[in-house]
Amino acid sequence: MNAVPSSNLKAQDRLASCLLSLGTAGFAALKSAGSTLGPALLCVIPSENWAGAAELAAAGDCRWAAGWADEQGGAAIVHALLEKAGDYLLLRTQLPPGCNELASQTPYFPGAARPERHARDLFGLDFLGHPDSRRWVRHQAWDERSFPLRENFPLSGHPQPLTPPDRHYAFASARGDEVNEIPVGPVHAGIIEPGHFRFLAVGETVLNLEERLGYVHKGIEKLAVGRDPESLARLAGRISGDTTVGHAWAACQAMERASGIEPPPRALWLRAIFAERERVANHLNDIGMICNDTAFAFGYYQFSRLRELWLRDNLRWFGHRLLMDRVVPGGVAADLTAEAAAAMPAAIASLKRELDELKPILDSGPIFQDRVVAAGILPESTARALGCLGYVGRASGIDWDLREQSPYAPYDRLEVHAAVRGEGDVAARLYLRYAEVYASLNLIEACLGRIDDGPIRAGWHPPAESAESLGLVEGWRGEITAYVRFDGKGRIARFYPRDPSVFNWPALEKLILGNIVPDFPLCNKSVNGSYSGQDL
Amino acid sequence: MNKLLSKIARVGIVTEKFKPLTDPELEKLGAEIKAVIDRRFAGSLAIRQVDAGSCNACELEIAALGNPFYDAERFGIHFVASPRHADVLLVTGPVSRHMQAALLATYEATPEPKWVVAVGTCAADGGEFGSNYASCGAVGNVLKVDAVIRGCPPTPTELIRGLLSLFAKP
Ligand code: SF4
Repeated sequence: MNAVPSSNLKAQDRLASCLLSLGTAGFAALKSAGSTLGPALLCVIPSENWAGAAELAAAGDCRWAAGWADEQGGAAIVHALLEKAGDYLLLRTQLPPGCNELASQTPYFPGAARPERHARDLFGLDFLGHPDSRRWVRHQAWDERSFPLRENFPLSGHPQPLTPPDRHYAFASARGDEVNEIPVGPVHAGIIEPGHFRFLAVGETVLNLEERLGYVHKGIEKLAVGRDPESLARLAGRISGDTTVGHAWAACQAMERASGIEPPPRALWLRAIFAERERVANHLNDIGMICNDTAFAFGYYQFSRLRELWLRDNLRWFGHRLLMDRVVPGGVAADLTAEAAAAMPAAIASLKRELDELKPILDSGPIFQDRVVAAGILPESTARALGCLGYVGRASGIDWDLREQSPYAPYDRLEVHAAVRGEGDVAARLYLRYAEVYASLNLIEACLGRIDDGPIRAGWHPPAESAESLGLVEGWRGEITAYVRFDGKGRIARFYPRDPSVFNWPALEKLILGNIVPDFPLCNKSVNGSYSGQDL
Repeated sequence: MNKLLSKIARVGIVTEKFKPLTDPELEKLGAEIKAVIDRRFAGSLAIRQVDAGSCNACELEIAALGNPFYDAERFGIHFVASPRHADVLLVTGPVSRHMQAALLATYEATPEPKWVVAVGTCAADGGEFGSNYASCGAVGNVLKVDAVIRGCPPTPTELIRGLLSLFAKP
């Protein structure tokens, strides 16, 4: 047996002490003494320790919050972001030049499966011990020996005039006279994003569901390279259009931390107002769509009406119905006018009144209740294993909301009490979101009451060469992470945004089991993963 | 049930009750497009929407055409689940290369006569994404486009206006 080099032992010790410090007072001390990356403590470990680190972290009840690869000077670098009790630890390892093999962390964190496959398809890394060797984000637009995120791969790629459909993906199959295989998509029947679902059903009951995503992969990570901050914010605002505020905020937060720029207080209050308005708009939309999926037309019309009023106010007060391009590096691009500040409380009061009226109608609709209660149950243990986020996690008993447990400005000056439920069914996700609408309305009122006067944007100065940081924001779907690394000219060298859908999509495969195929749209809507946010 | 009925009665028909909030231009556009659809499509224009790579915000605004403020069905515009029932394909997004074949198959499945409307800045010219290893860019790079409705995303009113401009042509 070879002796373990002493430098590895030191790294092991440091890793162990970092992991032990999470959630304790010792974390702040380690952070001030060691290297950090934004709010995270940085722990660089040798690549041989990569799986061991995951094993230790899993044993210590950490959450695997994100994972991505990078390349610098021809060497691959891999990151895994861990979280426990609101403290973040960023594991980093650099592979020796020319080496593309690293142990997989998926055996310890099932939620890492798709992010590792994503990194495999785009960087050519082999994750040894990964339970699934099939491609993920790659279909047929590039071949299996080209890796678009490598430095030597041109943005334009080498596309064929017609990219063939991805016909030979090996879906799980089952034999037996009783088993039906049902392919759905990529083009769906409704006005929604494309993706493929493969059901195995016995009669109407779902035996297995496999998601095949990646259809709207459009090269966002590659497109980010070489952009200036302004243009990266615009791109981030289009990762998932329904989360334009959330993603733009996370990207700007990362760039600002890397450059040491503090947005003025008024800008931070406005970002929170925008983010809560985005949360309200999406929750109203989905509550209405869930009503629609149970053929409860009344609910659909009422909630879509309330949402439309809300979006018109966005347009009137801030210049865009969905608030696109309102969050910019250094601050925001739309101010709160005296007129808007005066009118918003009445609009909030009226929305609350209507929600008070509508809730008992939902509660007492027997057919509606019959459809949503006990449909699509996600047990807490599954949600934890996958690292589910936002309302999907909270409806299954995971008490995690960045705004409450690890607050960033201005939430550090606001009181957030995230709603949590334990049932984990469609009804729990629906009612949790109902509660979140009220909570967001209260937060907007609090922001309006406390907003400072002053400028809405700080001047920009380019960061130091290779400056990097992390953005962490609680979007309406849950925690968003954004990693940014600059080059020497103030432009972006690497950008990786992790939408919460990355961890919520796999939950849909689990919670649908044993339900009937006709309940799939309902279960799917109650999770509402973003296709574009996961495909990038 | 009483609560439900009384809520319906109190809200009423929003396009009337909330008149000051509705877009007067929409009413005018609606009347025009209805006349055109009545004349050229026997009162019924069937649309199949295809997201070929969008960020999903274009979908949000297209879906808003069904809310009670716009209620596009009253003009004879309805969204169908199969391309085989469609007169028009409403295509959003830069066309991702992974959606290129599916978009072409959807077009093939749509019976003649048919029209392709590119919706959104991405569909019009590639937008923020352009064309690259994973994206074909504008819809026009993949299919012959009959009309373009710009905007990022276009508002529901702009969508109705765009459809009108397509069908008002002689
Ligand atoms: S035009 Fe704008 S809203 Fe529409 S898909 Fe493109 S980025 Fe999204």
